[in-house]
Amino acid sequence: MSDHTIPGVGADGRITLAHGGGGTAMRALIDGVFLRAFSDNPAAPQEDQARFAMADLAALGDRLAFTTDSFVVDPLEFPGGDIGTLAVCGTVNDLAVGGARPVALSAAFILAEGLDLAVVRRIAASMAACARAAGVRIVTGDTKVVPRGACDGLFVTTTGIGVIRPGCAISIASGRPGDVVIVNGTLGDHGAAILCARGDLALDVTLGSDCAPLNGLTEALLDAVPDVRCMRDATRGGLAGVLTELAEASLVTVRIDEAALPVRPEVAGVCEILGLDPLYLANEGKLAAVVPAAAADVALAAMRAHPLGRDAAVIGRLETAASGRSAVHLANRFGGQRVVSMPSGEQLPRIC
Amino acid sequence: MRFVDEFRDPELADRLFSEIARVAERIGRTRTRPVTVMEVCGGHTHTIFRYALETRMPENVEFAHGPGCPVCVLPMGRIDDAIAIARRPEVIFTTFGDAMRVPGAQGTLLQARAAGADVRMVYSPLDALALARANPERQVVFFALGFETTAPSTALTVLRAAAEGIGNFSIMCQHITIIPTLRALLSQDDFRVDGFIGPGHVSMVIGTRPYDFIASEFHRPLVVAGFEPLDILQSLLMVLRQVDACTARIENQYARVVYADGNPAAMAAIDRVYETRPACEWRGLGTIAGSGLSLRPAWRAFDAEQRFAVTPHHVADPGACRCGDVLTGRIRPTQCPAFGTSCTPDCPSGALMVSSEGACAAYYQYQGQKGAA
Repeated sequence: MSDHTIPGVGADGRITLAHGGGGTAMRALIDGVFLRAFSDNPAAPQEDQARFAMADLAALGDRLAFTTDSFVVDPLEFPGGDIGTLAVCGTVNDLAVGGARPVALSAAFILAEGLDLAVVRRIAASMAACARAAGVRIVTGDTKVVPRGACDGLFVTTTGIGVIRPGCAISIASGRPGDVVIVNGTLGDHGAAILCARGDLALDVTLGSDCAPLNGLTEALLDAVPDVRCMRDATRGGLAGVLTELAEASLVTVRIDEAALPVRPEVAGVCEILGLDPLYLANEGKLAAVVPAAAADVALAAMRAHPLGRDAAVIGRLETAASGRSAVHLANRFGGQRVVSMPSGEQLPRIC
Repeated sequence: MRFVDEFRDPELADRLFSEIARVAERIGRTRTRPVTVMEVCGGHTHTIFRYALETRMPENVEFAHGPGCPVCVLPMGRIDDAIAIARRPEVIFTTFGDAMRVPGAQGTLLQARAAGADVRMVYSPLDALALARANPERQVVFFALGFETTAPSTALTVLRAAAEGIGNFSIMCQHITIIPTLRALLSQDDFRVDGFIGPGHVSMVIGTRPYDFIASEFHRPLVVAGFEPLDILQSLLMVLRQVDACTARIENQYARVVYADGNPAAMAAIDRVYETRPACEWRGLGTIAGSGLSLRPAWRAFDAEQRFAVTPHHVADPGACRCGDVLTGRIRPTQCPAFGTSCTPDCPSGALMVSSEGACAAYYQYQGQKGAA
């Protein structure tokens, strides 16, 4: 369907307030863009809710997992993904790191008046492709349009449900002294890619976001090591955010080895120039997994056998917290030690 | 990473640590007081903590963290002046990122932005000039911060704005110079620093000769240093060797970047655009004569404070914070009563907690709240 066949879209192909008005323009936008992209059967009657057979869910496990996340990003499209892939991956990954098999997602869009409809189409298409790759369906949604300036192009909120496999007891509070910490690949790719994509740095680097659904990887890991203690995807706040939470919740000291941290040279370069730390940069396809030391080799092999875990590495281990003080310690290449603290606010580039 | 990893080589670092320990031990045979070495520049402070260099120092060698972080020495009143300009509806106020969190009496620039001011982060004054070109109906103001490192780029931006006739661009000039402040520190009776690690970036512009008085008048060694851990360790060793030999010379460890005469083109740009302020206020240090730059009369049309008729605010430093004592090496950050209690990176009251180059933020971030690793 070409854009001029959607009522309310002018010759310039832009979203207008009519597309959120509940009338024919809105119906046409939903049918012509979102349903076309997301639905297996766009001609089926549209109810106000998605419905699931309890028996189908029960066949997958014994508990429901339920999560939601809102996405705002500038720019909307960037090397390696767009706001839509972020939304699908973010919600799928939040389910997956709890040991859940993601089943279905909702997607609620807030569009700004004046947004190019072609952008909406591209984002819907990439969400659909990403959901297919993750093996989940986008089954319900919503669209609102706000006046120009009231939102930055497009915001999207995705909610997901999944089913947790029986016997799986993953928790951020389950880390034990002696356990090892594994990450599935290079750190900070997404954060660095977004900084470069904003274009105000004029850095000539080819760097894509690592945005990817991790449920295939977590399934492989859980199949190999059923007693994984915890998993977290290292999004905002980076690996530092995840590890400081882990230390606090599990009442342990997390000791990581700087030399073991996988960081792309391009990301290290961007961080050098801007005075940032890859430990604090966002990732959208990376997780930290804590496993018992005895299972470390099996876990590492299982992750490395998956395309999203090829660069997996053991980066540290958990220790008894000295005098009850949980913390993250980083051993650097110089034999020195420093504390990795919880991220505070946004990382701001340094003046010199 | 090429040209970086070479300066972070652990084996070379081990050799430097051993040599530092050897020289320190020899110094310790004839002297009971520890050797205190001040790194002047905030970038050096950052390296020292990031690489935990201080955790491998001999017992009788201490770092004092100097006043060379331009964000840290921003007085509260100047932030209030900046906010007064930023609040004007016609103004787009542009600044380097780390100045946005510095608290004045009226809050921070980040808070001013939340309240409706158009405050934007830029990476260079030329970005601000580009904004002025793109928004001819707005007034674009650049918060010109920093030492001689950043002063030339601001100067060249003003010259370009003048050449292009861009009338809606101006700067709020808070450029400062390090030499008068080092002299002021050295002139204090209780200043117990034995030698300096000199600022690399500033020296790239001003050269090494302006430091000569530190050796000739005050008999302290200074070694201009680069910013990688091996640079700092080698420079520290050079300072310690001078202390051991009871000499006081100006040396240059950062010869791959810094020349004795500095960068004459950059100095010429500074000289063309700025004149010395009779007095300039530094957070924690008070007013120091001749330590600030303002636009020369020929360029006053680009002075935001004149354009918007700002009445300068003067605000006393927060009472509990002892930023000045930390900046002069009298106390360690953890000895300040506000450290980690009323002053944290999330809610800084002293500016040394704001910038990651500030000694207090570095202590907090890399050593933990209680200051113990």
